Amino acid sequence: MSERHLNIKSLVMYYRTLRGEVKAVDDVSFSLPKGETIAVIGESGCGKSSLAKSIIRLLPRNVSVYKGAVLFNGLNLMDLDEETFTKEIRWTKITYVPQAALNSLNPIIKIGDQMIEPLLLHQKMSKGEALERAAKTLKAVGVNEAFLHHYPFELSGGMKQRVIIAMSLLTNPELMILDEPTSSLDVLTQANIMNLLKNIKRELKISMIFITHDVSLSSELADKVAVMYAGQVVEFSDAETFYKNPLHPYSQKLMESVPTLRTDKKLGFISGSPPSLLDPPKGCRFADRCPFIFEKCIKDPPIMHLNEGFYAKCWLYEKE
Amino acid sequence: MSSPLLHVENLKEYFEIRRGLFGKRGYVKAVDGVSLTLAGREAISIVGESGCGKTTLGKTILRLYEPTDGKIIFRGKDITHLGWKELKWYRRETGLVQQDPFGALPPFMTVKRILEEPLIIHGIKDRKEREERIYKALEGVKLTPIEDFINKYPHMLSGGQQQRLVIARSIILEPKMIVADEPVSMLDASVRIEILKLLQDLQTRYDLSVMYITHDLSTTRYFSERIYIMYAAHIVESAETKELLVNPLHPYTRALLNVIPDPDPSNRFLIKEVPTGEPPNLINPPTGCRFNPRCPNFMKGICDAKEPSLIEASKGHYVKCWLYG
Ligand SMILES: Nc1ncnc2c1ncn2[C@@H]1O[C@H](COP(=O)(O)OP(=O)(O)OP(=O)(O)O)[C@@H](O)[C@H]1O
Ligand SMILES: Nc1ncnc2c1ncn2[C@@H]1O[C@H](COP(=O)(O)OP(=O)(O)OP(=O)(O)O)[C@@H](O)[C@H]1O
Ligand code: SF4
Ligand SMILES: [Mg+2]
Ligand SMILES: [Mg+2]
Repeated sequence: MSERHLNIKSLVMYYRTLRGEVKAVDDVSFSLPKGETIAVIGESGCGKSSLAKSIIRLLPRNVSVYKGAVLFNGLNLMDLDEETFTKEIRWTKITYVPQAALNSLNPIIKIGDQMIEPLLLHQKMSKGEALERAAKTLKAVGVNEAFLHHYPFELSGGMKQRVIIAMSLLTNPELMILDEPTSSLDVLTQANIMNLLKNIKRELKISMIFITHDVSLSSELADKVAVMYAGQVVEFSDAETFYKNPLHPYSQKLMESVPTLRTDKKLGFISGSPPSLLDPPKGCRFADRCPFIFEKCIKDPPIMHLNEGFYAKCWLYEKE
Repeated sequence: MSSPLLHVENLKEYFEIRRGLFGKRGYVKAVDGVSLTLAGREAISIVGESGCGKTTLGKTILRLYEPTDGKIIFRGKDITHLGWKELKWYRRETGLVQQDPFGALPPFMTVKRILEEPLIIHGIKDRKEREERIYKALEGVKLTPIEDFINKYPHMLSGGQQQRLVIARSIILEPKMIVADEPVSMLDASVRIEILKLLQDLQTRYDLSVMYITHDLSTTRYFSERIYIMYAAHIVESAETKELLVNPLHPYTRALLNVIPDPDPSNRFLIKEVPTGEPPNLINPPTGCRFNPRCPNFMKGICDAKEPSLIEASKGHYVKCWLYG
C-alpha cells in the first residue's frame, strides 16, 4: 500500500465565514494506483471541488484549517513550500481542469497564446518550442492545429472543452484532476469527450481524479470510486463492487435514484436534505435520512475497513 | 381515447434577427413545423439537445409567443391567434414550470405572496378562497407542514423545495395542462425523482396533462407515455415510450440511446460510436435532412438533397428519415 502513487490521509479543509466554519473537507482518506482513475461522486455542496482544491493546493483566502497528508509518489505535497510546489507539481506533474472551466478561457486572447503561457512561465520553453508542443497536443485531442490562431468565442462548447483538456495535457502530467469536465455539454458532445478521456487514460496512462455528480457517467472512467457526503468520504470502493453492490446506506439510496435506460428498476429518492457543513451532526452525518439508523449511529462511525484498503464509514460494517 | 386536449399542427416560430445595425434581416427558425397531440391526463416528453427549440415550442404552445404559422387547438378551440384579452381563459387553463427555477422566483416575496399573486391577477377576490387555494397547492407539492414554509423567502428553501414552489405556482389556478421545462435538470439526482413523482401524482389528482421538456432521455422512461425527439427545430421521431426506447429508428435517436450510460463498471472499457460535430444553427440549417452532416447512415444525393417527411413506420411510431422512405 505504501508505494501507492497517490495516497491521501486524513485531509481536512475548512473555510472561515461570517456564520462560522464550513467543514467542506473533513477527514478524507483514499489512495490510487498509478494509471487508474478514481471517480469522486456526491451531491451538490458535499465538498468535491473543495477536495480537488486541497489536493492541488489552490486554496481560497478564507481557508482556516488545512491539514492531513497528500502523498504523491511518496512525497507529502503539503510539506513543499509554495515555490517548489509551483515549479515541480502544479500544472506540471499534476494538472487541474476546474469546474466550469469553459468560461475561464479569455475570449479575446488567441487559443495558442493561452495554451503556451504556462509553458513559457513554468517550463521556460522558447516560444517556438511551446507552440509546437501546443499544436501537437491539440491534434491529439482532435482539434485542428489551425485553431491555435482562433479566439475562444469562435469555438463550440465541445471544442473549447477539448482545448482545455489539451492545456492540462501539455506538460505530460502524471495526474489530472477533472472537476465536472462535461456537465454543461450536450449528451453527444459529452460522449465524445468521455471517449477522449478514455483514450488519454489508455494510451498515456495518466492517473485521474474524475469529479462528477452524475453516477452513471462516473462509471465511464472509474476504476475506483469515492462517495462523498457532507464533507466526508463515506465509501471508498472499486468499480466492480461499487456499481453492482454499493455498501454505504447513502450510496445505496443514491444508486436507487439513478434512472436506467436498459433495465427496469424501481426508482427511489432520499427525502430531506444533507446537513449544514457549519454545524454537522456529531454522530453519523447521514443518520437522519438513513433507513437503517440504530442506537450506535449517534456516535461518529469510524472508517470500517473491508478488503484491499476499501472502506465504508458506517456502523453497519463494524466487525464483531 | 377521447378527443385530445391539445392538438398542435405544423407549428412554426421564427425569431427575426438583424446582423449589424443595417444588416440583412434573417430568421432563427426555432420551431419549424412541429405537430403533436396531448390527451387529457397524459404526459409526453420532448427530448433534444440544447438549442433545438424545446423551450420555444413550449412557450409558443402556451401562447407566450405569437406563432409564426401553424395551428394550436386546445379543448377544440383554435387559440393560435387569440388576442391577449381572449387569452385570459387559456392562461388559467395552462401553466409553465420555467427552466431555471432559481431565476424564476422573486427574491423579496414570501411563499404566500408568490402563490397569491396569480390568484389576484385572475380576479379571485375572496381572501379566504385564495388562502384555501394556497394551502391546497402547498399540500399538493408537499411543502408541509405548511406553517413552516408559508412565510419563508425563496433563499431559505433548498433547491428541491424551490422547485416544488415553482410547481405549486404553476398549478395554483388548477390548470388542465402544464409545460414543465427541464423541471429537474438543476437538481441533484436524489431529489429529481421526488419531483418527477410529484408531477406524476399531481397528474392524477388534478386531471393534469404534462408536457415534460428535457435533454435527459433516461428519466422519460419513467414519467411519460409518449416521447417526441426534437432535432434542430424539427420532431424527427415520436412513439410510445417503450416502443421508442426498445426500437429506435432515427439515427439521431439511436445515437442518443447508445451513448447514455447506465451505471456499469464495464463502461470504462468501451469506446463508443458517437456522431461528431454539433447541432446546426437554426438560421441556415443544412438542406435535406438536418442531421445529415453528422449521420452515420448518410446517403449522398438523397439525404442532403431533400427534406424527408415524417412518416408512420409502424402503428403510432413516426420517423423523419430517408432510411424509411
Ligand atoms: N470559498 C468558500 N468559502 C466558504 N464556503 C465555501 C467556499 N467554497 C465552497 N464553500 C462551501 O463549501 C461546501 C462545499 O463546496 P464545494 O464547492 O466543494 O461542493 P461541491 O461538492 O463541489 O458542489 P457542486 O457539485 O455544487 O460543485 C459548500 O457548502 C460551499 O458552499
Ligand atoms: N427570443 C429569442 N430571440 C431570438 N432567438 C431566440 C429567442 N429565443 C430562443 N432563440 C433561439 O432559438 C433557438 C432555440 O432556443 P430554445 O431556447 O427554444 O432551445 P432549447 O431546446 O430550449 O435549449 P436548452 O436545452 O438550452 O434550453 C436557439 O438557437 C436560441 O438561440
Ligand atoms: S452509520 Fe447508521 S445512520 Fe449512518 S449510514 Fe450507517 S446505518 Fe445509516
Ligand atoms: Mg463543485
Ligand atoms: Mg430550453
